[in-house]
Amino acid sequence: MPVPATHVLVFSLLLFSIGMLGVLTRRNAIIILMSIELMMNAANINFIAFSRQLNNLVGQVFSVFTIAVAAGEVAVGLAVVLALFRNRDTIYVDQVHIMKG
Amino acid sequence: MIELLWLIPVLPLLGFAINGLFGPRFLSRRAIGGVACAAVVLSFLLSAGAVLGLGHLDAVAAAGRAGLSVDPEAHRATLTLWPWLLLGKSAAGVDLRIDWSYTLDPLSAIMLLVVTGVGSLIHIYATGYMAHEPKPAFARFFAYLNLFMAMMLTLVLGANLPVVFVGWEGVGLCSYLLIGFYYDRMFDEKTKMSCADAGRKAFITNRIGDVGFMLGMLLLLSATGTLDIQGILAKVGTLPVGLCTAAALLLFVGACGKSAQIPLHVWLPDAMAGPTPVSALIHAATMVTAGVYVVCRMAPLYRHAPAALLTVAIVGGVTALFAASIGLCQNDIKKVLAYSTVSQLGFMMLGAGVGAFGAGVFHLMTHAFFKALLFLGAGSVVHALSGEQDIRKMGGLGRHIPWTHATFAVAWLAIGGIFPLAGFFSKDEILWGAWQRSPILWAMGAAGAFLTAFYMTRLYILVFWGKERFDDETRHHLHESPRVMVVPLAILAVLSFAGGWVGIPAVISPGVPNFLERFLAPVFEAHAAGVAIETAQHAPGLELGLMLVSMLIALFGMFFAWVFYDRRPELPVQLAGSARGLYRAILNKFYIDEFYGKVVLAPYYALCRASAWFDRYVVDGVVNAAGYVTLGTSYTSVGFDAYVVDGLVNLVGYTVRGVSWVFRKLQTGIVQSYATAMVLGVFVLVSVYLLTSSH
Amino acid sequence: MTASAAIFYVLASIAVLSGFMVIGSRNAIHSAIYLVLTFLSVAGIYVLLEAEFVAAVQVLVYAGGIMVLFLFVIMLVNLEDSLEDRIRLHATISGVIGLAVVGLILYVYSTGRLVAVTTPSTLCQGGNLQAVGTSLFRDYLLPFEVASILLLVAMIGAIVLARQKS
Repeated sequence: MPVPATHVLVFSLLLFSIGMLGVLTRRNAIIILMSIELMMNAANINFIAFSRQLNNLVGQVFSVFTIAVAAGEVAVGLAVVLALFRNRDTIYVDQVHIMKG
Repeated sequence: MIELLWLIPVLPLLGFAINGLFGPRFLSRRAIGGVACAAVVLSFLLSAGAVLGLGHLDAVAAAGRAGLSVDPEAHRATLTLWPWLLLGKSAAGVDLRIDWSYTLDPLSAIMLLVVTGVGSLIHIYATGYMAHEPKPAFARFFAYLNLFMAMMLTLVLGANLPVVFVGWEGVGLCSYLLIGFYYDRMFDEKTKMSCADAGRKAFITNRIGDVGFMLGMLLLLSATGTLDIQGILAKVGTLPVGLCTAAALLLFVGACGKSAQIPLHVWLPDAMAGPTPVSALIHAATMVTAGVYVVCRMAPLYRHAPAALLTVAIVGGVTALFAASIGLCQNDIKKVLAYSTVSQLGFMMLGAGVGAFGAGVFHLMTHAFFKALLFLGAGSVVHALSGEQDIRKMGGLGRHIPWTHATFAVAWLAIGGIFPLAGFFSKDEILWGAWQRSPILWAMGAAGAFLTAFYMTRLYILVFWGKERFDDETRHHLHESPRVMVVPLAILAVLSFAGGWVGIPAVISPGVPNFLERFLAPVFEAHAAGVAIETAQHAPGLELGLMLVSMLIALFGMFFAWVFYDRRPELPVQLAGSARGLYRAILNKFYIDEFYGKVVLAPYYALCRASAWFDRYVVDGVVNAAGYVTLGTSYTSVGFDAYVVDGLVNLVGYTVRGVSWVFRKLQTGIVQSYATAMVLGVFVLVSVYLLTSSH
Repeated sequence: MTASAAIFYVLASIAVLSGFMVIGSRNAIHSAIYLVLTFLSVAGIYVLLEAEFVAAVQVLVYAGGIMVLFLFVIMLVNLEDSLEDRIRLHATISGVIGLAVVGLILYVYSTGRLVAVTTPSTLCQGGNLQAVGTSLFRDYLLPFEVASILLLVAMIGAIVLARQKS
């Protein structure tokens, strides 16, 4: 292992935080989806790091599954964005506030 | 023809359906009458064919047909049509299965021929008798009559007790419908009884008997595990005598209701509210004999229960005597005949009760002939007199309606028991049987026979002889009945004359075999083996002597009546004056209706009134008190409600509204707000975990 | 510091920086390009962590498949608009949380819990691909198949959602 596992975890934390920042602050739905991908990558990095740390292959197997889920999630998410754009002519999530109380 | 047994009840049922559904609207009178008569006549022809088929059952058995089982030994054919009630296994492990099946044996053959034969004649007669009715009523009448035929045939042919019971109830229903046929008319002005009331009375009285029948049926079911008649009879020998007695008595209660035996006879005289052909068919010739039929059908059961058999004999004898005495003083032509019917049914029961089942059935048959003839003749008289039924307003009719007169005379002699008419043979056979059992029973029967001869002669003389007591208006309309009514009368007259010759006892004609006895022998002697019946030594001299005595008794009865009502008409009045109490008792039918009124109905009404009072004052009082308490409480609670409860509720509402205003502002509808809140929450949780965990 | 450690820090820096560019670019196309860069860097880190198979999948699926999807959609919705206003309240809260997270990490570091322990690896014995394959198709066959069904459902759902209504 080239670096201590802690450093890898800090790196994944940073990446996760960046993704979260994007989700929370950007209004463009596509960018939000990209940010979610960043967060998922951060989670994957955690899996891999612990897999390496604990000498256990399960982490790697699990990250393969995560990638599959992420692929599906992106496909559906982008389809939602497309549907949103067709119906409302916008992809800005703050303009879609039918749940306003 | 035995394979077509199922068709016999179905044909009248079809007639019922056709007339009931289409008669009032779409069919002409001729068509209605044609359909009804054709159904019954065809059914008669089929019956005749089937009965002839009984003679060569071996051939039928050889041919083989699904559902048809044949017992050539007992001259019995049973046709199973379809499984009717599949009750599964009972607790005792018996597979209860009741089929809809018909059976034909000599007993049901005789019933079959009597019912369809007399039924055909009466149907034909009725087309003439009812011709003045409006068409819907005409159609209704024949529909009911056909339904009755179907039900009666089901009763007669039923191979197991439930099927018999279906017919039993079905004829009861038709009887009710037909007694109340003129449901909008008054039957008895004095007691304010309408025709519908009469129907109801018949139905309810019969219901009492039906309960007995049902209980008997269930008792037999639980004892033998089957309801099939032959199955029950085959097991009778193994049952305890007490159980047999109970079952036999219960069935006899049912028979009492249907056959109008004392004390359940009260409905039959009032059943005369129906049209006369109905009285002839249902309340004289066929339905009322159903009780006798069932007793004879279950003969081995009764043989096994001597106490029950004795009860049957006593009830029959008492009925024969008392009903005949009531008949002495009746003035309504149909009521005289009604009490005569009750009395004759008593004779049949007496015959069955002394073990002479064959004699009972014989009398049933001859009685069907002459009593139907009497009723139809009475109908013809009433028809001729434009509806008059009081014999005090008749007289001298012999000249005006000769055919009716002649046929009525034959019936009179037949019922009176004059040699060689039908009634003589059958009645004598019963009396001979009674004598063998006990001279007391014989005396009852003989007294009944004397009274019968007396009141029938009285009726005959008052109606057809003497002065004309009707008014000119009636005389103007006086006419002999149309041919369609006279022809059945003539045929019945022939049958009343010669019908008894099928059962001529050996003492009179040693060379000629007693056809009927031989014919019925397989039924009544099949299960008799092993059961001791007291039979006196056959004494031809005694039998002949008794015959002579009863004949003399009948002649005496007729002679006295002739003296009383033709020679010296003042005599009956004097007699009534000298024996006032007895006369009044007889006139009022021994106060039996009044007795029921006082003993059964009055306490019942009192109970009803008491219940009503209790209901009105106690139950309603409690309910009302509860209501007032509720009302008072609710006034209090309304005030409390308006200020305290509503105040609290409103306070809650205002609070919620105020708080929710704050929260509503948080609900921006923007997804990221929610996500931010979530992240904040996660951050707080993780912080708490990290800051509080020990290392 | 070994060479591999150096490469790790370099790749991590690139990933973090391009991550920032993803959420900071005015143009969505640019965001997508930076995202690819991030993914590739992460893939490199996977290689460093001896997960060659996952690295390959990362490149194929993320950098290949998912990126194409993103680009297609961006072109379909055809936004000329660039960097929109950030949601200010969220930005503030996020900033506060970010500072607090840094504080937390420092606190945890000060308690000595972030100890770096390096263990010898056994993962690559016999080849990583073979090991992952064996595990995936022997121990995790059922989840694998379920994942395939999930992808199928996602595909159908995406088609249904994105279908042009006529």
